Amino acid sequence: MPWDVVAKSLFILVVAVAALAPVVTWVERKQSAVMQDRIGANRADLFGIRLLGLLHPAADVLKLIFKEDVVPIGANRVMHLVAPLIAAVAAIISFAVIPYGATYQFGDSTVNLVAADIDWGLLYIFAVGSLAAYGTILAGWASNSNWSLLGGIRASAQMISYEVTMGLSVVGVFMVFGTLKLTDMAFAQDATFRLLGFLEVFGVVDHLPRWLAWIQLPMWGVFLQPLGFIMFLTAIMAENKRPPFDIPEGESEIVAGYHTEYSGMRFGLFFMAEFIEVIVIAGLMTAIFLGGWSIPYLPQERIIGALEPLFGSGMANLLCMVAHVSTFLLKVVFMIWFQMVLRWTQPRFRYDQMMDLCWKILLPLSIANAFVTGTIILLVRSYGS
Amino acid sequence: MSVDVALFYLFAAMATASAVAMVVNVRNTVAAAMSLVICMVSLAGIYVVLEAHLIAVVQIMVYAGAIVVLFIFVVMLLNLRQDSFPPGRMRGLKFLGSLAGLWFLARFLATQAEYLPQTVALEEGFGGYRHLGMALFTDYLLAFEATSLLLLAAIVGAVILAKRRLDT
Amino acid sequence: MIPIEHVIGLSAILFTVGTLGALTRRNLIVILMSIELMLNAVNLAFVGFARAWGDLGGQIMVLMVITVAAAEVAVGLGIVIAMFRNRDSVNIEDVSLLKW
Repeated sequence: MPWDVVAKSLFILVVAVAALAPVVTWVERKQSAVMQDRIGANRADLFGIRLLGLLHPAADVLKLIFKEDVVPIGANRVMHLVAPLIAAVAAIISFAVIPYGATYQFGDSTVNLVAADIDWGLLYIFAVGSLAAYGTILAGWASNSNWSLLGGIRASAQMISYEVTMGLSVVGVFMVFGTLKLTDMAFAQDATFRLLGFLEVFGVVDHLPRWLAWIQLPMWGVFLQPLGFIMFLTAIMAENKRPPFDIPEGESEIVAGYHTEYSGMRFGLFFMAEFIEVIVIAGLMTAIFLGGWSIPYLPQERIIGALEPLFGSGMANLLCMVAHVSTFLLKVVFMIWFQMVLRWTQPRFRYDQMMDLCWKILLPLSIANAFVTGTIILLVRSYGS
Repeated sequence: MSVDVALFYLFAAMATASAVAMVVNVRNTVAAAMSLVICMVSLAGIYVVLEAHLIAVVQIMVYAGAIVVLFIFVVMLLNLRQDSFPPGRMRGLKFLGSLAGLWFLARFLATQAEYLPQTVALEEGFGGYRHLGMALFTDYLLAFEATSLLLLAAIVGAVILAKRRLDT
Repeated sequence: MIPIEHVIGLSAILFTVGTLGALTRRNLIVILMSIELMLNAVNLAFVGFARAWGDLGGQIMVLMVITVAAAEVAVGLGIVIAMFRNRDSVNIEDVSLLKW
């Protein structure tokens, strides 16, 4: 029984942490280079093989490991050591509840592609995210440096504020899917819905062209909750403290913010945590809003039903699993690319602008979104669509 | 001993140790706050063992994730690097008083043990968000609404307290 | 199956530690933290009884207590900041003007 959990955890660690995270650092460099008309990192070579600069992540890690580990005078040594660990661990364990595939039948055993299939999966992400704030805050406090302290203060205010809106902006999604379980959400998104189906309530469908009334959309969160998608993406990117929300480390004002006094692999851990969080955000957005592992217009039973006469039950399930996991990874890569584009096109917010965005725009909008969603759900239910 | 009982005693030991560490740490306020975080996370673990799943997550999100972060935020804002306050007077007396209170509670528990409830078997999903939400918005709706009033009062109070001048 | 006596006992110990901190410490922030600890001890007792009776009322009560704690911290830390502005200290001995 525990062996499948070990296998799934290893899969996540290998794919997301060991393989995807270093590649993301490379993508970030190349993406910025492309957008700024440069060539980008391409100098690291091994026996003359450069691989478009793909060796740079390995070179970076080696360099960081062998660098001197400096702890500033007057720093609190224990907290200075623990802070990057909290940041990195919190980022990694968020993967536990993100489903990267559906449930598959192999003979009489069922394989469920998520490490921890808990009932309150999304709340778990929020809880872990709120603990991740301690890594940043402790780093700012323990370094005994004013730049770090300022970065820590900014980070704590920012992360508390955006946690509130992050939670409230997905309330509409909870209502639509009626669950907090990420695997159930992904299953629900494997279906389709009629785009104008809710208009039947008002009896206006008959006046529209018939083809318009029968357009089907995949039941993805982004189509059901477009506003929620934008708000959640904004809030969770602010939680990750990357540009344009990088005031805790704003290098033009406070050197490097909370990790000013970090060097070597401890700095590397902060750096790694940031990129792992990019992948976590991509996975989470995919699972909640982009249909998770589902292939649009091709529900799981239809794929298996089509493949079963050709290959038999086990092979059909296996092929379906491969297709689903690849779809999930494709969507994750798309979301990572999307975040990179946002990161390199937006200037940094000012502190007050960021707080205004959180408390005066996102918070009222998310409450209004939840209200409108609830009203529509009540209407649709009471008229029995 | 089953796993959940073992986990209970492990988390209980962690909670007690970190609570004591918080109270006796007279040098570093941030370290005291971190001890409080450990205590709260251990309590969340105990809540999971006691079938209160939603409460456990709310405990981590609100207590560990927001309230203690606010404490640390204030410590950092006021830049209280050293906390070298002289300890209060009559410490021994207060310590003895606390021990006496604990002893009294223990005696009370021991004498009243037979009246304590016997642990019953639970229905499926007890303590999950569905059950809790259903109870909160039907049987306890008035209390829930009253809480929102309390929060409003707290918001207004905090704003007025933190404002430098009221007329601006 | 965890005996209810042990849950209540742990709650009592935590409450005592919190009381001790609130009484002996001079730092206003730590006093507030000790009060949080006392509230947590009460929560633990509520959850323990909710488990024992199989009644959700105890857990609802915990949600209320957590809300009260959040409100209390918001106001309490506002007081701390106001006091630091006026007295330049968070030592509780410095605000004893009303003490007879």
